[in-house]
Amino acid sequence: MNKLLLSLLLVPVLAFASGAELHLDKAPDRARDMAALQNGAKVFVNYCLNCHSASSMRYNRLRDIGLSDDQVRENLLFTADKVGEPMRIAMQRAEAKQWFGAAPPDLSVIARARASEFGSGADWLYTYLRTFYRDDSRPTGWNNVVFANVGMPHALWELQGEQVMGDDHTLKLAKPGKLKPEEYDAMVADLVGYLKYMGEPVGEFRKNLGVAVLIALALLFVLSYALKREYWKDIH
Amino acid sequence: MAASNFEKFKSDGTLLGNVTEWVDARFPMTSMWKAHLSEYYAPKNFNFWYFFGSLALLVLVLQIVTGIFLVMHYKPDASLNASGVPIAFASVEYIMRDVPWGWLIRYMHSTGASAFFIVVYLHMFRGMIYGSYRKPRELIWIFGVMIFLALMAEAFAGYLLPWGQMSYWGAQVILNLFSAIPLVGNDLATWIRGDFVIGDSTLNRMFSFHVIAIPLVLIGLVVAHILALHEVGSNNPDGVEIKKKKDERGIPLDGIPFHPYYTVKDIVGIVVFLMVFSVILFFMPEGGGYFLEYNNFIPADPMVTPQHIAPVWYFTPYYSLLRAVTYPLFGVDAKFWGVIAMGAGVLIFAFLPWLDRSPSKSIRYRGPIFKGFLTIWVVCFFILGYLGVLAPTPGRTLVAQICSVIYFAFFLAMPIYSKLDKCQPEPDRVTFK
Repeated sequence: MNKLLLSLLLVPVLAFASGAELHLDKAPDRARDMAALQNGAKVFVNYCLNCHSASSMRYNRLRDIGLSDDQVRENLLFTADKVGEPMRIAMQRAEAKQWFGAAPPDLSVIARARASEFGSGADWLYTYLRTFYRDDSRPTGWNNVVFANVGMPHALWELQGEQVMGDDHTLKLAKPGKLKPEEYDAMVADLVGYLKYMGEPVGEFRKNLGVAVLIALALLFVLSYALKREYWKDIH
Repeated sequence: MAASNFEKFKSDGTLLGNVTEWVDARFPMTSMWKAHLSEYYAPKNFNFWYFFGSLALLVLVLQIVTGIFLVMHYKPDASLNASGVPIAFASVEYIMRDVPWGWLIRYMHSTGASAFFIVVYLHMFRGMIYGSYRKPRELIWIFGVMIFLALMAEAFAGYLLPWGQMSYWGAQVILNLFSAIPLVGNDLATWIRGDFVIGDSTLNRMFSFHVIAIPLVLIGLVVAHILALHEVGSNNPDGVEIKKKKDERGIPLDGIPFHPYYTVKDIVGIVVFLMVFSVILFFMPEGGGYFLEYNNFIPADPMVTPQHIAPVWYFTPYYSLLRAVTYPLFGVDAKFWGVIAMGAGVLIFAFLPWLDRSPSKSIRYRGPIFKGFLTIWVVCFFILGYLGVLAPTPGRTLVAQICSVIYFAFFLAMPIYSKLDKCQPEPDRVTFK
């Protein structure tokens, strides 16, 4: 009976396996690597936080990844006066829309928004930021493998260099950038690690707390089960 | 057992005794305690399936308490802040980051919404397998169906509040269904939205429904559900009436006081439930994109329609029923008949007490036709739910149509097959260990 049930349930799953696949590279895990996250924050503030805001993220929240208020003030505080302020930008949205076709989105939770059945949001971002290529048919001169006809130009092109799309649909580095390919990938991994952290700053603490809560509940289970047995032993 | 049948408390001279006597003279405190807990006799053979009623009550309380705290910080405002993020959306992130423990409260509420439906679906299924809807429990069941309906409305209104893309476009799809009603549909849809599109006015009224109107109805229905249950007594996995066999004091032979026996047992169930709940809350609060849809982390944008709009998982079986109807009838759009199918899919549960003509209540003593049909029905329910999250294709629509027909046939053919089925005789007393 159970086998019949299982096969009945699986038939439609197999019959409807979706056609369009999006291949994403797995983003390296940086969740507990403070130096990498700090580097990611530096890249984010220098390269992203001019056009993109992260208005739900306060600068001083970076204490989570080991940065003191003074360190933030001296190294990262470009778009605000006080460390308690959120990461806003000066660019006007109406103007940005004219320039790029769409106003650059706020990136506070972008790593959560980009998750899909094809991979985590971090995977998407990690692939996206490494697959820009030259395309003269686009107004910006850039296109992207995972985000076709993207409005954003390749903001990190000086670091990565210029890729072109070959006839065999693979990307080739036509003009090297300041970083070697593996250095660029590592930097993007740091940036994506930071974006993932910023999507849910409490994420790591949440998991740690979860372990403690489950241990407490396990103890409570033992007690409550013993109590139940004690009461129920006279029910026959 | 009416609450007034119990004797009032006589003080033993202590302060507590005096207070109790004073209150009892003015309010049925002792008699309510006895009628609903310490002298409410429940069958002693409740099994696993009987945890979900008290768990549903627990989740209701959880949702109300966390909801109270969320309302203190949430802002139902669709206008954009300086960074171009809708204030409603930003206020949810404010709760997640800047409100102390706000993230925990919010995840409890979002996980609680899915938990509510899991628990309620299992609770309803319990009623179906043990015939808990049969005489004399028809009203309990009808109140239950009304709770289910109210819960769906509550979840729908609540899902708009984070004001993400799925909030917006999901509401757009569902509220647009009203426009399928002939003649008055378009005006009705506009009236319900309060605007020509989903907008600030829609968000504000859904907030009002979600935090005031529907919870009031829900609590009232839950009280009625429990009062009706305690009037006639609980069914049990054997489907036999324990009140038929009583001892000399009028207490059912197979009944045990709800308190302390089922309170201590339900505490075990609650702890296990909380463990499962915590695994989701602390380690996978997005529930793989089913509890919190990924697209809902993109702020609502009336100008950008997502490629694929999927309702949250608990609505998907009914969404599939809606989409399965593709034929216009009597010159009226297929969408209208889809809405009818979806509504009928929910309301048809209410007729179960009269559709079921089987001599025995419990699946334990029912025949192979019911068991087989119920199994197929459950499979169809899952397939419909699975199809509801996917974009439609001709093949999927055909499968959804077949499953929809089986879904309704299970109910509509029940008066016939439940009579034909060969049942085993029910025992006189409940089976216990």
